[in-house]
Amino acid sequence: MKSLDKTTALIDYCIALGDDSLILGHRLSEWSSNAPFLEEELALTNVALDFIGRARMFYSYAAEVEDNGRSEDDIAYLRDCREYRNFLINELPNGDFAVTMARQLLVDAYDMGFFTELLQSRDPTLGAIAAKAIKESRYHLRRSTEWVKRLGDGTGESHRRIQHAFDQLWGYAEEMFGQANEEQLLIDAGIAVDRRMLKQNWESSVHAAMTAATLTIPDGEWAIGGGRDGIHTEHLGYLLAELQFMQRAYPGQKW
Amino acid sequence: MGKNTPDESGTAALVELLSGVCDPEIPVLTLQDLGVLRDVSIADGLVTVTITPTYAGCPAMDTMRRDIEDTLAAAGYKQVTVQTCLKPAWTTDWMSDSGREKLRAYGIAPPARLASPSTAPCGVEQAGGIACPQCDSDQVEQISEFGSTACKALYRCQDCREPFDYFKCL
Repeated sequence: MKSLDKTTALIDYCIALGDDSLILGHRLSEWSSNAPFLEEELALTNVALDFIGRARMFYSYAAEVEDNGRSEDDIAYLRDCREYRNFLINELPNGDFAVTMARQLLVDAYDMGFFTELLQSRDPTLGAIAAKAIKESRYHLRRSTEWVKRLGDGTGESHRRIQHAFDQLWGYAEEMFGQANEEQLLIDAGIAVDRRMLKQNWESSVHAAMTAATLTIPDGEWAIGGGRDGIHTEHLGYLLAELQFMQRAYPGQKW
Repeated sequence: MGKNTPDESGTAALVELLSGVCDPEIPVLTLQDLGVLRDVSIADGLVTVTITPTYAGCPAMDTMRRDIEDTLAAAGYKQVTVQTCLKPAWTTDWMSDSGREKLRAYGIAPPARLASPSTAPCGVEQAGGIACPQCDSDQVEQISEFGSTACKALYRCQDCREPFDYFKCL
């Protein structure tokens, strides 16, 4: 474990939070022109925009603290898989609409818990970002809870698909409640959130939503992580190749 | 006062100038109506404008920033810094009464007042009191929680049958 000074820890922390947001925002944006109907076309892309906006705030703050000429765009577009530190659950393919909404419920419930705590951060900028993000997460969580209910307590087909989605995704949730290299230092300084403390409330929230949707809570027999260490699934490479295509094809290009 | 000479009478003149900068998506609303313009100051010829973003990912913010810079440059202010402050978080409660009236006249139902801004957002269905901007009826139904922009939802009036946008409270 490399030892860090607080500034480096803060930069790493912000970039990781930005990565979570950008990768999920990108996945949601992939529904653009592919959504099942027009209302969801608008909804999914609006939610994607919320996440991308969040990434901008985190990356911009990291760049400001780092103060060595790197911009939010450099951070987003000039790093490859091993440098990205997002949770694996965010990079997974959208699958069908059930997989997308199951993933969204798991992440939205986590975000609500996380930003509630981050509001108290001694770092005023992180607190301010949390204050903005939490308002949007409230909308997101209400939406994903309603969709899970509709799909779970829906037809035989929708129920089968959303149950299967949760069964496939469940093992990816555990990673959100771990602790990364730089976090203890920041937790002690009252800046970062101790994610391990978020699990219980998250479980209550998610279990309630799934039970109301007549769904079975998966066993939790397996869990997988590694995102915060830059160890990713095979999906991230393809995602970044698309997200970063313009910079890779035309290095240094600007609008 | 020559065309390229900045008016030296300070902030009041700047505020007056910026009162012409509007939301690019909703051109009847000025940045002041929106509550986006938080502060303007001038010191030693350097103008500092502070704005706050509405929604985190709002793409109009970059346009607003450029419009502020262009407006000030056209008036002769060459040294301008537009900075963003995140705190306190923007809320629709900062929208002025005149802004709300302009929205309604433009055909967009203005955001409901929040019971408590710190616990925003209100659910759209809890908002109540949404009136059709065309015929003023309160018999309205939500078609979609998401509309043409992140800040709007789509409604329909059950009396005059016209659809309309509702500016969601945040």
